[in-house]
Amino acid sequence: MKHASSLARISPLAPPEVAITDLTKRFGALTALDAVSLTVRPGTVHALLGENGAGKSTLVKCLMGTYRADGGQIRVDGAEMRLSNPREAQKLGLGMVYQHFTLVPSMSVAENLVLGEEDMPAVIDWPNRRKALREFMDSMPFRLDLDRVVSGLSAGEKQKLEILKQLHLGSRFLILDEPTSVLTPDEADQILGLMRDLAREGRISVVLISHKLREVETYADEVTVLRGGKRVGQGQVSDLGRADMVRMMVGEAPPATERAGAEHVTGAEVLRIDGLSVDNDRGVTAVRDLGLAVRAGEVLGIAGVSGNGQTELVEALAGQRDATGGAITVDGKPFHRTRAEMRDLKIRLLPEDPLRNACVRAMSVAENLSLRSYDEPPFSRWGFWLDRAAIRSHGEELIARFHVKTQGPDALIGTLSGGNVQRTVLARELSEGVRVLIVQNPCFGLDLKAVAEIRSRILAARDDGAAVLLISEDLDEILELSDRIAVMSQGRLVHETPRAAASLQEIGRHMAAH
Amino acid sequence: MTPVAIAQSREAVTINVAAFLLTLALFGVYVTFLGHNPWDVYYVLWLGSFARMISIESTLTNAAPLMLTALCTAIPARAGLLVIGGEGALVVGALAAVLVGVTLGGLPAWLGITLVGLSAAIAGGAWIGAAGALRQRRGVNETISTLLLNYIAIAVMYHLISGPIRDYERVLKTSSWSIPDSLRVGEMPFIDVHWGLGVGVIACLVLYVVMRRTSFGFGVDILGGNQRAAQVAGLPIDRMVILCCFAGGAAAGLAGGFEIMAVHGFASESLAVGFGYAGILVAFLARQNPAAIILMAILLGGITASGGLLQRRFDLPDATTQVLQGILFMIVLASNACYGRIGFLQPKQKAGA
Ligand SMILES: Nc1ncnc2c1ncn2[C@@H]1O[C@H](COP(=O)(O)OP(=O)(O)OP(=O)(O)O)[C@@H](O)[C@H]1O
Ligand SMILES: [Mg+2]
Repeated sequence: MKHASSLARISPLAPPEVAITDLTKRFGALTALDAVSLTVRPGTVHALLGENGAGKSTLVKCLMGTYRADGGQIRVDGAEMRLSNPREAQKLGLGMVYQHFTLVPSMSVAENLVLGEEDMPAVIDWPNRRKALREFMDSMPFRLDLDRVVSGLSAGEKQKLEILKQLHLGSRFLILDEPTSVLTPDEADQILGLMRDLAREGRISVVLISHKLREVETYADEVTVLRGGKRVGQGQVSDLGRADMVRMMVGEAPPATERAGAEHVTGAEVLRIDGLSVDNDRGVTAVRDLGLAVRAGEVLGIAGVSGNGQTELVEALAGQRDATGGAITVDGKPFHRTRAEMRDLKIRLLPEDPLRNACVRAMSVAENLSLRSYDEPPFSRWGFWLDRAAIRSHGEELIARFHVKTQGPDALIGTLSGGNVQRTVLARELSEGVRVLIVQNPCFGLDLKAVAEIRSRILAARDDGAAVLLISEDLDEILELSDRIAVMSQGRLVHETPRAAASLQEIGRHMAAH
Repeated sequence: MTPVAIAQSREAVTINVAAFLLTLALFGVYVTFLGHNPWDVYYVLWLGSFARMISIESTLTNAAPLMLTALCTAIPARAGLLVIGGEGALVVGALAAVLVGVTLGGLPAWLGITLVGLSAAIAGGAWIGAAGALRQRRGVNETISTLLLNYIAIAVMYHLISGPIRDYERVLKTSSWSIPDSLRVGEMPFIDVHWGLGVGVIACLVLYVVMRRTSFGFGVDILGGNQRAAQVAGLPIDRMVILCCFAGGAAAGLAGGFEIMAVHGFASESLAVGFGYAGILVAFLARQNPAAIILMAILLGGITASGGLLQRRFDLPDATTQVLQGILFMIVLASNACYGRIGFLQPKQKAGA
């Protein structure tokens, strides 16, 4: 029987050896990949490291056939693969787990698994199929209830399902592009541990892209480092120290966040939220009766496991979602999320997933940089006449100041690497005086150097008197930046403590409590 | 223009020309099945649309209302809406022109004409503006509501011309009272086309400038490009949507006004002959760019203009031009899927950073 065991499609076949030689990819005049070679031996975890825009995503997209490489070869088990052919990559057992989820939220786990099959029949024989799926699940080191609906899964569970889907499809060579940025450290450890175990057992090979050196050290066997599209280092992880890897990536010692002005002064209360309640997409209360206050010159860090209402809270502050109750005030005046208020009170906001939430894909980098200011002089003359040249040169200036890697101010924002989109939005939100700064996961997808730089900038804004609300799933980041820390759980702030008195255990306990 | 903008317009031109050629080829197949030589048919298409002054004038006369009704789809589309209510807004504008026009006989012509034009525009604007308001305040899908508003507008017109404002002296055709002769607008200088064309061209150019060169237009592009980003930027989304709907509806209403003032003189079923629907096609051909609408309206006006000649010369069915328009519409919609996919048409990135 064809579908009796999807497992049969994976286990007897060893993962392939994938050898990339001199792979080159150009975008116009930009060489995103310059004769890069690497070999992924069967049953290993191979990490790809590099700064934002180094070419990591481009490399794996060439491998998956999403992009057509301009030169070089890819051999799978010695046989040369035709470039630019996603079908063939899939047939050879190459699969990619995307950073954004590709699941159908309204369908069950079982349906999502079946949906991906290329030979999905017109009529599905569910009883048999379920039996096969259950056998498949039983053979996996991690399990999900087949009947759960995807929209009810946590980020970690969704990520697991994405991986299960690939394994179910018969992929024996998995590519993970920054898989852990949406996960909590625990979830990340769990998933990467599972991937490593599957590799150790010789069932899959893994290419792992990550900016987190700790993950690379713990879970990868070999590492290739890219810089500016060139391969600048390669080796066994066990032979390399963290310092070596950092040196290869950035060519210097790891930078640290400058904790400038530790003696900053805390001023009057600026941002205040009282009794805020917000529903999520399904009409369920996601933020309930939440209250907080942030003073000038203070960072209030909100820690918490993702999915506890943080996104809805930020959406309510951003004007993307109506509150069902409560009030938001800035300087004692109600804040209605209008443009005039944002301008006059200097309220700036960086939401998660900036390409989806804060950028216009059809616009250039410079235009995206002007979203806050296009209707003010010098970009608008006499209050209405747009000066596109001014927008462009302002964009050029910010691109230089914030080290955004782009082919120029006219490049469409969608052509930037993930980390550079993040930098673009940060440049826009941080470039001018800020009084209230609301940031959610500001360092997602940023490389080491950028992380230090952005954190320094957030602290500099605070030192200049901004009230900063930092919502982050990265507890280290919360601890590093906050003056006060609160934990968000099930839509409420459950624990609040000054940083000086913060205890990791206590915070962790509140984060985990449900 | 930036290199990206140049590459984008090159892409649009190439794809549209290809779509148009493909349409002609398919239409050729259709007429071949009907037993005609496609080359003869193409020749007559050319004769009836652009070959002679008289056919050009007829083409432009047809193009005039199309420019204005196309704006009814194009302007809201820039804010991210799909409005298909041009037909209804045109009818409503025409009715307003009649109702206001019949009371203004005593005024000087320039003043009366201005007032009639304004009322037509305001009526059409309010008609589509209402659909925009319903969408923002009540979550009513604007495509459905404007489609229904078309039926309502036409029903209201039939009701009015068959009773309340019927001119019983015109026996052969059910129609409304006529507006006074002093309010009739004539032809433009040098060319035998009524002033609706001039107004249509001006409206397209003005809205092009508003959309491309003002901060309002930039805000609309943000909204149309990503509503969530517009929210983060604090843009007054409701107001912008309603304004865009109003502007589009006003253009279509103006088309109705000129149908009354320049063409018919009274309201009748001849108002609802599909200018509104053809305008949707024009807007898509022009990729919602107001300046490109001028050219695309002329192209489509040419097809309409040559329709009569085509039907007479080859004894083709009445629906022939509709078939041609329909093929063109399908192909243009399908060609939207080609944008961004054809390698050599993509912007060349220049060196740097
Ligand atoms: N479709 C595209 N068109 C033009 N340039 C592109 C395109 N995709 C990527 N680039 C450019 O290629 C370079 C490499 O991008 P890539 O996405 O591979 O970086 P990355 O290493 O994944 O970075 P990050 O860590 O930020 O995700 C960047 O300079 C980027 O701007
Ligand atoms: Mg990337």
